[in-house]
Amino acid sequence: MFYIIRRIILLFITVALVSVITFAVFQVLPGDPIRTMLGTEADETQIENMRSELGLDRPLYEQYFTWIKGLFTGDLGNSIRFSMPVSTLLMERLPVTLSVASIALVIVLLVALPLGIFAARRKNKASDVVLSSVTQLGMAIPSFWLGMIFILYIGMNVDFFRINGYVPWTESIQGALSTLLLPALTIAIPQIAVKFRYVRTSILEQVQLDYVRTIRSKGLPEKIVVYKHILKNAMIPILTIFGLITAEIVAGTIIVEQVFALPGIGQLLITSISNRDFPLVQGIVMYITVAVVFINFVVDILYSVVDPRIRLR
Amino acid sequence: MQKHKKNINLLLGSGILLIFVGVLIVSFFYTPYDVNSMDIPNKLKEPSATHIFGTDEFGRDIFSRILKGSQTAFLVGILTIAIGGFFGVLIGGIAGYVGGWLDEVFMRFMDALMAFPGIILALMLVAVFGPGIINTSIALGIIAIPSIARVTRSGFVQQKEAEYVTAAKLIGVKNYKIMFKHILPNVSSQIIVALSIAFAIAMLAEAALSYLGLGVQPPDPSWGRMLKDAQSYLINSPWYTYAPGGAITLLVLGLYLLSNALRDLMDPRSK
Repeated sequence: MFYIIRRIILLFITVALVSVITFAVFQVLPGDPIRTMLGTEADETQIENMRSELGLDRPLYEQYFTWIKGLFTGDLGNSIRFSMPVSTLLMERLPVTLSVASIALVIVLLVALPLGIFAARRKNKASDVVLSSVTQLGMAIPSFWLGMIFILYIGMNVDFFRINGYVPWTESIQGALSTLLLPALTIAIPQIAVKFRYVRTSILEQVQLDYVRTIRSKGLPEKIVVYKHILKNAMIPILTIFGLITAEIVAGTIIVEQVFALPGIGQLLITSISNRDFPLVQGIVMYITVAVVFINFVVDILYSVVDPRIRLR
Repeated sequence: MQKHKKNINLLLGSGILLIFVGVLIVSFFYTPYDVNSMDIPNKLKEPSATHIFGTDEFGRDIFSRILKGSQTAFLVGILTIAIGGFFGVLIGGIAGYVGGWLDEVFMRFMDALMAFPGIILALMLVAVFGPGIINTSIALGIIAIPSIARVTRSGFVQQKEAEYVTAAKLIGVKNYKIMFKHILPNVSSQIIVALSIAFAIAMLAEAALSYLGLGVQPPDPSWGRMLKDAQSYLINSPWYTYAPGGAITLLVLGLYLLSNALRDLMDPRSK
C-alpha cells in the first residue's frame, strides 16, 4: 500500500512538472503571439481586444491555471489556424494514431517474445549471433527510411496494401488494415530489435539461478524447464517493457504517419508546428505525454502486484 | 566466445566511425562536384560512373551532398553532447554530491523531462526555437541532459563515500574541487558511455526532425532532409533514398556497436 501511495504522489509530481514545462516553454517565444496572429495591419484596439479575449493580459500564474483547468475539462481553447476547439481536432485524429500504435504493439509482442526465447535457448550458436547482429541493424535504421523501403518493396508489389491515406474501420475493416499494417510494421521493427534483446537477457539471467539447476537435475524435460519455469519468472521484468514501449511507439507513430500520409495526431502536430499554431501544439504535447506517463504508472502498479519484492525497494 | 564478440563490436564500431570521420575530413577539402550547383538537364540521373549515387531533383551530385552532409551530422551530434554533457554532468554531479532536497528537486525535474517521448519534446522545442542547425542542436541537447544527469548522479553517490573524498574534505579541499577534480575522473567512464549513446540518438533525432522539415534547413545539406526530398520521387527514382538512408543507418550502427563495446569494456561486472 505504501508503495502505491508513493507511486501516486510521484505521478502527480511528474504530471505537474510536465505541465509547467510545457506551459513555460511557450512563454519564452520571441515576439508577441497576438501580432503574429493578426498580422501587421491590425490596429492597437484590435490587438488589445484579442489579448483580453485569449486571456493573455492576465498574470502568468492565472493563465497557467486556466490552461490546466482546460486540460481537465477538455477545453484547451481554439486552434488559431483551424478556428476549432483543440479537443475536437484531437478526437478526430485519435482513432488513426491509436489504431497504428496498437497494431504495432501487438506485432512487437508477437515477434519479440518468441524470438527472444529462441535466441536464449541457442545462446552463442550461429542463429543467436546472426539474430543479435540483425537486431543491431534494426535499431540503427531510421524508421522513416524503413517505411519508404516497405512502400517500395511491399506496398507496390502486394495488391492488398494501400500506401497512401487512411480508410476508417467503420467503412471497411480490410481497408483499414490495408492502410495501417505497413505503418505499424515500420514502427514495430526497431522496437522488436530492442525488446528482443531484453527478452533474451532476461531469460539468460534466470537460467543462471539455482532453481533452474535444481529442476534440471531432477530430470524435467527442457521444454517444461523453459516454458513453465524460466519463462514465468522472466516475464516479470519483461512486463516493464510494456511501459517503455508505449513512449517509443507513440514517438514512432508521430514520424511514420508522415511517411504514409496518415491523418493522425502526428500529422496534426507537424502541421500545427509549421503553422505556428501554439495552443494546438501545447495541447497535443501535453495530452500525449500525460497518456504515456499514465500508462507507465499503471505498468508500475501491475508490476508491484506481480512481483511484491519491488515494493520493498 | 564472449571476449571475442566484444572485440568484434569494438573493431566494427570504431572502424565504421573512422570511415565517417575520414569522410568528414575529406568533405572539408574536396567534393567531386560543388554541393549546391544545379544542373537541371541532368536531374534525377541513376547512379553511374560520373555520379556514383546519382543526382537529385536539381541535378546536384548526391555523393557530394552525402559527403557535405556528414559535416551537419557531426556538428549537430557534437553540439548536442556538448550541451547535454555540460548540463547533465553539472546537474547530476550536484544532485549526487549534495544530496538531500536539492537532489530530490533536480532529479524530479529530470524525471519530468524524461517523461516526454523524446521526439515530442524535440518537436515542441523546435516549434519554439525555430528550425536550423543550432536550434536543433539546442533542442536535442536539452533532451540528452536527463540520461547523462542520471548516470553522473549515481556515480557521484557511489564515489562520495570513498576514502579519498573523506581525506580531501579533512585537509580542507573545496567542495567544487572535490567534485570536479577528484570524483569526476572516477565517474568519467560511465559518462563517456552515456555520451556515446546520446550521440547516436542525436544523429537519429536530427535525421527525423530534418525529415519532418523542422530540423536542418536548406541549403545546409542534411541526410534526413535529403530523405524528405527523395520521398517525392520514391516510385521513379528509388535509388535516391539509398545513399542518405544508408549513411544514417551505417553511422548510427557504428556508434551503437562502439557504445556497446565501451560499456562492456568499462563495466567490471560483465568481465
